[in-house]
Amino acid sequence: MRAPRSSVLGIALPLRSLLQRFALVLLIGASFALMVLGRVDTATVERARSGVMDVVGPVLDVLSRPVAAANRVVAEVRDVMLLRSELERLRDENVRLLQWQTVARRMEAENVALRQLLSVVPETLPSFVAARVIADSGAPFVRTVLVNAGHRDGVRKGQVVMNDDGVVGRVIEVGERSTRILLITDLNSRIPVFDEDSGLRGILAGDNGETPALSFLPNQAQVLPGNRIVTSGHGGLFPQGLPIGVATARDGQIRVRPYVDLHRLEYVRIIRYELPLLSPAGEERPVAADTP
Amino acid sequence: MNASFAERSIVVVRNLIPGFATLVLLFLSVVPLSTPNSALVLPPFALMGIYFWSVYRPDLLPVAAVFGIGLMQDMLSGGPPGLFAAAYLGVHAVMSWQRRFFVGKSFPVEWLGFALVVPPLYFAVWLVGSIYYLRLLPAGEIVVQGLLALAFYPAITWALGRLRAAARI
Repeated sequence: MRAPRSSVLGIALPLRSLLQRFALVLLIGASFALMVLGRVDTATVERARSGVMDVVGPVLDVLSRPVAAANRVVAEVRDVMLLRSELERLRDENVRLLQWQTVARRMEAENVALRQLLSVVPETLPSFVAARVIADSGAPFVRTVLVNAGHRDGVRKGQVVMNDDGVVGRVIEVGERSTRILLITDLNSRIPVFDEDSGLRGILAGDNGETPALSFLPNQAQVLPGNRIVTSGHGGLFPQGLPIGVATARDGQIRVRPYVDLHRLEYVRIIRYELPLLSPAGEERPVAADTP
Repeated sequence: MNASFAERSIVVVRNLIPGFATLVLLFLSVVPLSTPNSALVLPPFALMGIYFWSVYRPDLLPVAAVFGIGLMQDMLSGGPPGLFAAAYLGVHAVMSWQRRFFVGKSFPVEWLGFALVVPPLYFAVWLVGSIYYLRLLPAGEIVVQGLLALAFYPAITWALGRLRAAARI
């Protein structure tokens, strides 16, 4: 009984190791082929990613909950430790904000009066979807997060993502139940912005660092550190006037420190904003579809 | 008949443990951890799993599983698809080639082996990533990832060692 078995193993084992070696070479080849595909045919890779996101999303959702709870405890402890200095700061801020409130009230009244005078059509406020961050990218070179809302919640590619402090990023991949968001600090993030104080327009270009660079400015010298940078709405991808961050200077280059703490994202809002100019080819083009 | 079926299913479940454990490590490495004012990311736990099982039970973590785990990481991270699949296959290949040297050696030797694997691996990842994006990627975070991997290796290995002892694989 034993003899035939060992002789079978004697053939099977080397065969198995040979097969493994062959599979190894084949799969390494497949990995590189995938990378080429990732550059050439982004749509297919995106679909595959959305599929994986949908399958793994619920697992990550569950896994991220205890971590989020632990994060909150840590934040709580930190808050208690900083209670005194924070109180002081908030008192100062409150005094300042009360002054601003008076100004804002006056302006709002003036604004309403002027709008009535000109009979301006009121802007429709965009609706939004709230979502929880369930995963980081966990890899170098990439600044993205996954959130637990998807196509079925009305999320579409290209929509802008914010939290209470400002712009977080934009939607780049949408699954049925989960969505990938490209943060404004990512290497591939380009956002048309403008400096509220100087009125200059530029492009905010991420470079995986903490502070994305402000490029294509007509005149660098006029953008002073401390100026408020908001979205310009150019290109139609982002609504106009969303707060992004504060200009800072580093190594003779103008950079922007985001208002949002991108390391501590828990809940975000995905803004359902209609893209006026950019509509993806082949879908949602009622005008083009209706013309014969 | 019944007993042998139960035995066989226990064996099957046991054989799946390395792959499953590595997958759990991968999920842990993407958990959104809020680190106070720093660019720190979680260490690449999956890499440690791949290395560990490639040393101790390469037969239970076949190349297809390594490929699958790497590809899963690429799909989750949003980075170049196939980058970490290729990287993990590379680790697996090197370890199955040099495995005899590490098996039965003391832990420091195993750790040293990991320390020898990580730098060239991350250099390759950086190089291929740079070619993929057609620009020189910032190397700082790669160095941080490598150091984190080395720092966390003992803890992860300890946990995996306990798991291995408990499952008797």
